[in-house]
Amino acid sequence: MINLQPYGNPQYFVYLIIALLPLIIGIYNGYRCRWYQSLISLVFIFLMFDGPKSHQGLMLIFYVIWQWIIVGLYMVYRKKYNNKWIFYLAVILSIIPVATVKITPAVAPDQSNLFGFLGISYLTFRAVGMIMEIRDGFIKEFHPILFIEFLTFMPTISSGPIDRYRRWIKDYNVVPDRDKYLSMLDKAVHYIFLGFLYKFLLAHLFGSIIVPKMSAMAIASGKGLSWGLVGYMYAWSMDLFFDFAGYSLFAVAISYLMGIETPMNFNRPWQSKNLKEFWNRWHMTLSFWFRDFVFMRLVYAMMKNKVFKNKNTVSNVAYVLDMALMGFWHGVTWYYVAYGLLHGIGLAVNDTWLRFKKKHQDKIPHNKFTKCFSIFLTFNVVCLSFLLFSGFLNTLWF
Amino acid sequence: MDIKETVLSILNDLTGSDLSDNLDTNLFDTDLLDSMGSVQLLLELQNQLGIEVAVSEFERSEWDTPNKIIKKVEELMN
Repeated sequence: MINLQPYGNPQYFVYLIIALLPLIIGIYNGYRCRWYQSLISLVFIFLMFDGPKSHQGLMLIFYVIWQWIIVGLYMVYRKKYNNKWIFYLAVILSIIPVATVKITPAVAPDQSNLFGFLGISYLTFRAVGMIMEIRDGFIKEFHPILFIEFLTFMPTISSGPIDRYRRWIKDYNVVPDRDKYLSMLDKAVHYIFLGFLYKFLLAHLFGSIIVPKMSAMAIASGKGLSWGLVGYMYAWSMDLFFDFAGYSLFAVAISYLMGIETPMNFNRPWQSKNLKEFWNRWHMTLSFWFRDFVFMRLVYAMMKNKVFKNKNTVSNVAYVLDMALMGFWHGVTWYYVAYGLLHGIGLAVNDTWLRFKKKHQDKIPHNKFTKCFSIFLTFNVVCLSFLLFSGFLNTLWF
Repeated sequence: MDIKETVLSILNDLTGSDLSDNLDTNLFDTDLLDSMGSVQLLLELQNQLGIEVAVSEFERSEWDTPNKIIKKVEELMN
């Protein structure tokens, strides 16, 4: 049986673009052929989850039904009432599948792949985001078909970017005019070729050639600091970036071909001057999701209920909780959690520094050198955090 | 105090700068406001003007200059 993993190799693009051609021609002529879009999406999702992946496919179907019931029922409920406990219940029920998948490997390693499927956490972000916006009264209708189309939007089903329902539906309901669509097609072609460079060339170079070499070197040098370990840190960070940025470019490009402006995930993260800026440039749809649905809500609740006297304490606590949760989301292992905590504490330290700098503007030098130094420092802190994230220290030490 | 003055005084407290001559400054690009500042802004609007703005409504691109904030607040007051 044919099984096609999303963006796995250049041929995939040939199949996908040929299949999308009728839709593209339609949009170019001002018409979105919805049934064709749904059909092609369904076919390609089927091809991701058939054959050897059919168990995952089955789990995906159960998962979509589960979310459909929760979001649908919550919408019905919310039209009449607004009890916060029901809201919490809906959020918890919506998170249960992904939480189970993330926690199972830590408690029962042999059962780890029972409920999971590729993309489960990305689908969860979309569903939970919807529940929160339904609570706030900004999503007023539950459309049984469009909900599924949004949740499982084919170009982004496996690893994001994480779109928002209100943004997505706006694009879906209109057809971009010809000039706009031409510029989207133009960008799509550019992104696809840039993605080829990132994913099939650079990520391959770092991930399949340099990382294994550095890994062997580091293991040969023992548990301490070694050139191999330092090399591993940088090579793995580059691999992570080019692999994920490349994938994200593909997902955005294919969305553009379908006339949907899926948001970008990366914006030159390596030129960030501090950690805060880094999170505005790295895996943006994830960090913005956490910013809007976790950080800001936490801060709002803590400030309103006057949990802490000092507002800086509020933001520091929120940073650590927000990033720790993000760490947990990657999986329940010590290194993911440590990675989250490191970033949470890093952001708190970063904020303290920014406040100090603002207060003493006149005394702190600000020039090309300090700028280069801050970029260099941020880059190294981030790479260090990725070394943690990679789990290599776990292999090396335990 | 009218809406404009109130918004500017809230922004003055939050950012430490008087923005009455820079009504089109992008508050996020210039690091005058961040997520924390945004939430404080929402809470102050609630305290001082009595308008409830949910976090969901806070789409950054719609709140990123003093002018846009004033416009938003005026819309919400009516």
